[in-house]
Amino acid sequence: MKDDEEKIFRVSDKLVMGVVGDSGDTTQFAEYIAKNIQLYKMRNGYELGPTAAANFTRRNLAEYLRSRTPYFVNILMGGYDKENGPELYFMDYLASSVKVPFAAHGFGGYLSLSIMDRYHKKDLTEEQAYEVLQKCVKEVHKRLFVSLPNFQVTVVNRDGIKVLPVIDSSSSK
Amino acid sequence: MARRYDTRTTIFSPEGRLYQVEYAMEAISHAGTSLGILATDGILLAAERRNTNKLLDEVFFSEKIYKLNDDMVCSVAGITSDANVLTNELRLIAQRYLLQYGESIPCEQLVSWLCDVKQAYTQYGGKRPFGVSILYMGWDKHYGYQLYQSDPSGNYGGWKATCIGNNSAAAVSSLKQEYKENETTLAEAQALAVKVLSKTLDMTKLTPEKVEMATLTRKDNKTIIRVLTSSEVEKLITDFEKSEAEAEAAKKQPPKS
Repeated sequence: MKDDEEKIFRVSDKLVMGVVGDSGDTTQFAEYIAKNIQLYKMRNGYELGPTAAANFTRRNLAEYLRSRTPYFVNILMGGYDKENGPELYFMDYLASSVKVPFAAHGFGGYLSLSIMDRYHKKDLTEEQAYEVLQKCVKEVHKRLFVSLPNFQVTVVNRDGIKVLPVIDSSSSK
Repeated sequence: MARRYDTRTTIFSPEGRLYQVEYAMEAISHAGTSLGILATDGILLAAERRNTNKLLDEVFFSEKIYKLNDDMVCSVAGITSDANVLTNELRLIAQRYLLQYGESIPCEQLVSWLCDVKQAYTQYGGKRPFGVSILYMGWDKHYGYQLYQSDPSGNYGGWKATCIGNNSAAAVSSLKQEYKENETTLAEAQALAVKVLSKTLDMTKLTPEKVEMATLTRKDNKTIIRVLTSSEVEKLITDFEKSEAEAEAAKKQPPKS
């Protein structure tokens, strides 16, 4: 079974989107949003901020929801805004959208959310945040017998998008 | 000879002109003046009111100045009924953007969108162009205070100070001489607007009923749009007349040797 699926899409210079759900829907929707946001940049010479991009994404999800062809996808959208700093948006297939300090989708989310609740603080450094993620992954590997080994980590900050080392099953040792 | 090419908007003349568009601009040059000035701390739009009949019931607050959204205001010159259609469309465009992106539409995008609509009426459909020129003032987070002008052809441009309507060419050249870029405050701009308007109103004296003025400023991260009251306009006019009288008196004084 594929264990290196790219679920985190680069939407623009300072915006990434993690998409999970029905295969096909995920890539299709993610690319549709990403290309529309690029088009905006080409037309206007400046990029959409994370709040506007999240609003746009949610609106599309909402409109398609009550059509014959809804997108069955859950999304986490993270971006960096010059005025408001880093922002994270949690969106689900029912077109809800909320700005949150941390979030998770999927069965692993049930465990991760409590861990993040316990260890997350405002103004965590990048290293500290990575450690919290490692704790979550460790728990997921311990408790879910059907879980995949590798977790891709992407960071967005004022300098752009950066990929951190993959958290894999060796972290639980 | 040119008549043969007038009847349909969507046709070029042999000299490569679009007559209907030009005729639309001609119609605007007979309409009430509107001018806009960009200041360091805000923007203002001023317009000449033509409907000053005492029998008119004051239903609308403003005859020529329209609020488009929280951050943008426009002023029109030309056929009022055409202007109503376009301002309604502008408001729709602005709200659609707000619905989709959750934030106010950037100024140039709004202008550009409407100008695409205006351009369509010069190319297909067989309908006449809109006989309206519009001045837009607004604020957005990308470029701050901005002033735009659009005309029936669908062309638009960003300006520091400009004028549309009756005697607009004279007003623009007057503004060119008096306007100081990056040095004009809103208060100075208001005085300048009154001065320029007094020149464009043919022969008649300036009164508060004849002038509409609106300002756009930012405070505490919010846009404040204000239509001046008639007493404020009156004060500007009296100040202007006083400074004119002083200038006249100074001219009449024999130069001190």
